[in-house]
Amino acid sequence: MGNSGLAGMLTATLRRDLLLAYRHRTQLANPLVFFTIVVTLFPLALNPEPQLLGTIAPGVVWVAALLAAMLSLEEMFRSDFDDGTLEQVALSPYPLSLVVLAKVAAHWLVSGLPLLLLAPLLGVLLRLDTVALGTLVATLLLGTPVLSLIGAIGVALTVGLRRGGVLLSLLVLPLYIPVLIFAAGAVSNAQAGLEVTGQLALLGSILALSVALAPLAAAAALRISLS
Amino acid sequence: MWTWIHRLASPKTFYGYSARAARWLWVVALLLALPGLYMALFWSPPDYQQGESVRIMYIHVPAAWLSMFAYVMMAGAATTGMVWRIKVSTAVANACAPVGAWFTVLALATGSLWGKPMWGAWWVWDARLTSELILLFLYLGYIALANAIEDRDTAARATAILALVGLVNIPIIHYSVEWWNTLHQGPTVTKLDKPSIHLSMLSPLLLMALSFTAYFGAVVLRRARCEVLERERRSGWVRELVEGQDG
Amino acid sequence: MERLDEPLFSDLSFVVDAGRALRLSGRNGAGKTTLLRILCGLTPPTAGDVRWCGEALQRCYPDFVADLCYVGHVPGLKGDLNPVENLLFHTAGRAASGVSPEAALARVGLPPECEETPCRRLSAGQQRRVALARLLLTRARLWILDEPFTALDPEGRGRVEALLGEHLRGGGLAVVTTHHHMELESDRVVVLELDDGQ
Repeated sequence: MGNSGLAGMLTATLRRDLLLAYRHRTQLANPLVFFTIVVTLFPLALNPEPQLLGTIAPGVVWVAALLAAMLSLEEMFRSDFDDGTLEQVALSPYPLSLVVLAKVAAHWLVSGLPLLLLAPLLGVLLRLDTVALGTLVATLLLGTPVLSLIGAIGVALTVGLRRGGVLLSLLVLPLYIPVLIFAAGAVSNAQAGLEVTGQLALLGSILALSVALAPLAAAAALRISLS
Repeated sequence: MWTWIHRLASPKTFYGYSARAARWLWVVALLLALPGLYMALFWSPPDYQQGESVRIMYIHVPAAWLSMFAYVMMAGAATTGMVWRIKVSTAVANACAPVGAWFTVLALATGSLWGKPMWGAWWVWDARLTSELILLFLYLGYIALANAIEDRDTAARATAILALVGLVNIPIIHYSVEWWNTLHQGPTVTKLDKPSIHLSMLSPLLLMALSFTAYFGAVVLRRARCEVLERERRSGWVRELVEGQDG
Repeated sequence: MERLDEPLFSDLSFVVDAGRALRLSGRNGAGKTTLLRILCGLTPPTAGDVRWCGEALQRCYPDFVADLCYVGHVPGLKGDLNPVENLLFHTAGRAASGVSPEAALARVGLPPECEETPCRRLSAGQQRRVALARLLLTRARLWILDEPFTALDPEGRGRVEALLGEHLRGGGLAVVTTHHHMELESDRVVVLELDDGQ
């Protein structure tokens, strides 16, 4: 028991969530397709002229990534809540916040990481240059886990509600705004050849803060939703 | 001091006390608003840059301050209600939400009115206005969550968590919006901030701010009273109250 | 305890000793499930407290929960995993009883060919058996069971009663809600009737 018990439980949680995602692997592509379609909508709605595309690209890619991340949040706790496994997890002798962290990690691996890998491709579609593309990937690497972590709080608060989907967006999107501002700003700066270390450092600190605090808030919210 | 706060936590005492307190606060609000408005509208000097339209600031800035104050109060009352299981505290938190939201709307509306004569546009993506807009979203989220959960005790705890998360995020949001604003500032200086603080401008500002605070207190107490009455409808003292009214 | 501002029950007080089972009965909606969840610590009561071995739940929660096995209304199984995978997950990080998942499934009467089927495709009765198999995999002293006999055929019910009897004889405790009359030694079972607001 003790330490090996906790580590055992966390790795088991991580493996189980990954296994479940694998058994549903056809659905994994959905957020990615959504991401691509949303990015494509902008050149269609506006002028596909390279200059314009280049200017709006950082914002567009990030907003699309944000929305795709929001869509994939629904899976995080809802199926566990519905089939009763969530309350079994809440009845474990280990801190629920750590289990939440493991679940969020699994969620990020399944939904955030693919966004990260797809984004450079979409950036090319929108005429981002290589320096900017590199910054884009860096911001997504730092930012998408934050989206998963903050999103976890929102999902935890609404998981017991019947039609929590739109409410979830309303709760979570305002909290996403700082990440959006710093990340898109960093990529714009990179395009203009300016310094980006400041914004990346800020994103890093937001990530650190989220890793420390979000699991606690999400665990408290889950217990409330379960009661 | 603590015993007094303790006694306030009892719904019955709160109900009785808040009626009187609210009435006093109305009076204070009015007494402060009258000189405040007079000074704001007539006595204080017009700004050398903005002319008379700067007078909107005397409503806009206190409204913005109150919208922030209301959120902090809301988060504090909600947390107290959750941690110590005090229903009166939760009622106060729920009361703060719509009032705070309306202050935010007031700040946005007056900010917009202020912007029109200066830049000819009804909306400017200035740091303060954008922050206020995001604050409004946070308020609306709180109200939406409170309405979505049926069981009142569960709703109280869930909204407390949301309010706390929002509170932690507000400085981050402020800072990020400030940064975003400096990044994209055009050649014209967007200045909905206070011009150089001079006593003749500071005093009406403070008077209005205090008046708004008293008004806020009065309205929140009245709303909280209503919720306390409804929650305790089955208890003895409420039934006596109602029977006393009928007789 | 209040739910949606309506009182469910009040002034409840009882003690369950080792080797005994408490059977909760009452009509539908009387609050049996809510009471069980309060005992587990999932739902906080409006007033009052729950104690385990003399200590309030909040203070000894991790130890309490390590000694508890709760099988609720919903089976608590992931539909996409097969029974063995589900049971293995439940034992992760907990003190195991040394019984293998396959052996536990055999004891609850799940046919061996179902062991590799995703739980989604099992019948309600089979899922219930898998959920109850969890009880055998832990060394929990307290079993809290919400309607454990639903969807089970008489053979299944017999098996579960046998498990329960064995658990009680070994010094374990149980709190069970059921409409079904259990064939256990009557001195081991205490019945608590939940009526309107009682």
